[in-house]
Amino acid sequence: MHEMSIAESLVELIEEAGRNQRFLRVRQIRVKLGALGHVEPEALRFCFDAVSQGTIAESAELDLEMVAGEGWCASCSRTVPISERYDLCPVCGQDHVRMTAGDELRLAELEVE
Amino acid sequence: MCAICGCGTATSETGQESSHEHPGHDHHHHDHHAHHHLDHGDDAAIDFGGGLAGVHLPGMSQERIIRVERDILSKNAAFARTNRARLAEAGVFALNLVSSPGSGKTTLLVRAINDLWPRFPIAVIEGDQQTSNDADRIRATGAPAIQINTGKGCHLDAHMVGHAMDQLPQTQGGLLFIENVGNLVCPAAFDLGEAHKVVVLSVTEGEDKPLKYPDMFAKADLMLLNKADLLPYLDFDMAACMGFARRVNPRIEILTISARTGEGLSEFYSWMETHAGDMSRSAQLSG
Repeated sequence: MHEMSIAESLVELIEEAGRNQRFLRVRQIRVKLGALGHVEPEALRFCFDAVSQGTIAESAELDLEMVAGEGWCASCSRTVPISERYDLCPVCGQDHVRMTAGDELRLAELEVE
Repeated sequence: MCAICGCGTATSETGQESSHEHPGHDHHHHDHHAHHHLDHGDDAAIDFGGGLAGVHLPGMSQERIIRVERDILSKNAAFARTNRARLAEAGVFALNLVSSPGSGKTTLLVRAINDLWPRFPIAVIEGDQQTSNDADRIRATGAPAIQINTGKGCHLDAHMVGHAMDQLPQTQGGLLFIENVGNLVCPAAFDLGEAHKVVVLSVTEGEDKPLKYPDMFAKADLMLLNKADLLPYLDFDMAACMGFARRVNPRIEILTISARTGEGLSEFYSWMETHAGDMSRSAQLSG
């Protein structure tokens, strides 16, 4: 359940942004989450609700934007969709592709007041 | 929707429209004072996410969008960078050992210390939820060890490791083994500042572990297949296991070892020497 530390890190980033940008409450949090990454979205929501209590992020909506997996196939010389890390290229079936998207874990933006 | 504050369209988490009243108090939103949400402890199920940006009127309300664009683990990454710089400066080669519980990490470390001491000064950081049993086993060899108890935590992070490093001797040309909490999932996400992640998989486990837990095997530079002395008694398919590991990580190196009999350990020690040499050469180049 490393989502708990990830949720804590998220709240820390938000509180730091609150100090720097002088806001007192967050309404919405937009996070980009790679579909092939190590974070389970529902576990992250659960942990976020728990650790945001009593912070400026309490009750904020956590908007998780899933980023689909993509990789670079050297044989086809193009970006292809993948559903697992180091999938074989779904187009040529020849080569393992190098993952280029799907591992994101990023705080993109905040809607604050 | 109120065109001033945008708060007219309230939706609950089920996505249904609800009235603009909050249970338990009759506070009215449309007075537009700056802190009108601060005292609402009880409206967690109501979400005002719909189209705030589109109705924002400058000077009329406090709502705004802040672009942050930061990696959520950026703080851990910063601690890891600091640890890595400290280790490079001290000339210490650090490995982060990850595996399921019971793969034989501590037995491997005890054996390695006995084999390599005092040719290499070795220090160990042990991570477990509870007990100092593993650090006690390491200290019995004479090597310094710090136990980190993570409590309910399922992994070590770079901040914990930095504190543990404060309490350990850092000898030029030394080795630091960081034995992570036994867990094939969570430690994958946290860089500790190590030179390499080493994943230990014992042959008493399933050969498909690399496919079941791909994140960990994707992040590791070396896989040690431990307990090889038990292979005659098991149906473990070595070739399949290695194939699965290379499928999730084509650049992973693999060594077959037995921490009990010592089989394959000289290859592991050579691997460490080679990579520690690479590290000190690159440090000299960049220095």
